[in-house]
Amino acid sequence: MTTRVERVHAPDRFVTCRRPLFLMPVSAGFPSPADDYLEGKLDLNQHLIKHPEATFFVRVTGDSMIDAGIHSGDLLIVDRALEPSHKSVVVAVINGELTVKRLYTRNGKVCLVPDNAQYPSLPIHDAITFEIWGVVTAVFHPV
Amino acid sequence: MASLFALVDCNNFYVSCERVFQPALDGKPVVVLSNNDGCIIARSEEAKALGIPMGLPAFQLEQLVPVQDIEVYSSNYALYGDMSARVMATLTQFAPEMEIYSIDEAFLNLTGVAHDLTAYGRRIRLTVKRWTGIPTCIGIGPTKTLAKLANRLAKHCAEAAGVVALTTLPQHDEALAALPVNEVWGIGPSATRLLKSRHITTALQLRQADDRWIRQRLGVVGRRIVWELRGISCLPLALCPVPRQSVTVSRSFGRPITCLAEMHEAVATYTSRAAEKLRRERLLAGRLTVFLSTNRFRDEPQYDNAITLTLPVSSNDTAELLTHALRGIDRIFKDGYHYKKAGVLLTNLGPAHQVQRHLFDTKDRARSQRLMQALDQVNTQMGAGTLRYAAVGLQPRWHRRCARRSPRYTTNWKELVVVRG
Repeated sequence: MTTRVERVHAPDRFVTCRRPLFLMPVSAGFPSPADDYLEGKLDLNQHLIKHPEATFFVRVTGDSMIDAGIHSGDLLIVDRALEPSHKSVVVAVINGELTVKRLYTRNGKVCLVPDNAQYPSLPIHDAITFEIWGVVTAVFHPV
Repeated sequence: MASLFALVDCNNFYVSCERVFQPALDGKPVVVLSNNDGCIIARSEEAKALGIPMGLPAFQLEQLVPVQDIEVYSSNYALYGDMSARVMATLTQFAPEMEIYSIDEAFLNLTGVAHDLTAYGRRIRLTVKRWTGIPTCIGIGPTKTLAKLANRLAKHCAEAAGVVALTTLPQHDEALAALPVNEVWGIGPSATRLLKSRHITTALQLRQADDRWIRQRLGVVGRRIVWELRGISCLPLALCPVPRQSVTVSRSFGRPITCLAEMHEAVATYTSRAAEKLRRERLLAGRLTVFLSTNRFRDEPQYDNAITLTLPVSSNDTAELLTHALRGIDRIFKDGYHYKKAGVLLTNLGPAHQVQRHLFDTKDRARSQRLMQALDQVNTQMGAGTLRYAAVGLQPRWHRRCARRSPRYTTNWKELVVVRG
């Protein structure tokens, strides 16, 4: 069956017809009782990462921090923008190597302490090249 | 209010990126190689001290320095691009306006931002180093040209400790008198020769040069440079990127290509990449050029050629561009040569929402747009190259060499840096 055009009309540009513009999407049916209480969705990135430009993910090997819940193979979120404080878990550079330990600092003295009784603490003195790489804010451990 | 600009420049950027994740490289001679491990494109200070020049072909390196004394890395652009984004994001907190000038340089508009500029510069420097691990130098001045000059001083004067603010005129004079004119931003070799003929050899002399002569011989660009040296800002921050005029993807091969099938794979790969770039910037191309060439440094038969095809309808659809590109290659490829390089150049770019079709165009463009969107989405979420057109080949053997590329520490879950626990 073919469709034929019978008549062509020109639009009437002289009559205006106003219509309201709704800024909220209007769904058909009853309004939701939750409309006034809607909040945003939960975003893990927003929750865990405060400084995206300074946040890095690292993988751990070894169990010297097992009592802190950090197992070998776990993923750590490390924030370089945070100021490290006494007893924070940090990634540090010791003689060119990256390691994760708990930072003890008192009266200007610094010591890197493992969270595992089987490993020794490391007091920092001049002969050791030491630098804080970042502060560990979270650990991911698969179950 | 008088304007103030800062130029923040990362030190030995590619090497510095490698050092963030391998701190053992600190203090050691390190170099980074270009695509295909061809020549040196970045050196640490220690490598510079060994006399290794920029751009040295990699194969000449072992003649200069014993292999065990130097660390050599292939370029890891996934890492460098990500680290650059981090540095730029960190800088945004320090100024209301910023121009990203290159992968490792940015201009900041510091007008009215701080009283003690040197202290502010030190704060910026410290924050970037802390947050990203990348060391920088900062030059501050009333114009972009003077900021560049101050940055150069910051790099080369140990007492500056990485920050130089040229804010008073006596400071300007001293700095400009010590700078040869060819080091001024915008003065190249031929301008240098011209100025030398008029006995202008330092930046200070250039600043004092006669306006009319400069305008005559170096044009309005030359006059802007002189006025900038005088502290009159003529170059505003470029806050929006200039719209692209062309897209080129071209690479040398890891090993020479001799057969048409492999050339098809290579050109298909470059065309796919070029189409991706077009779509990312919401552009269409109206003209496509493919080119190929042999290695001019080898003593073997030489051949290079190019062909330009006008597309009937401007497009950024990979399948459509592939058809044209491969047809072009078929026309110019000749057997019996060892090809070193090929490439694709897309021109006549226009915005994607303004496509001019023609009467006989039967392609369902809306559908192909949806297909391209889906393709790009998968590749963005699951990694570049997850979905590819078969024409690019499954296991291409001509792919670029990058034998010594470090892991992609910040962009690949399987390549994270490992710390000892």
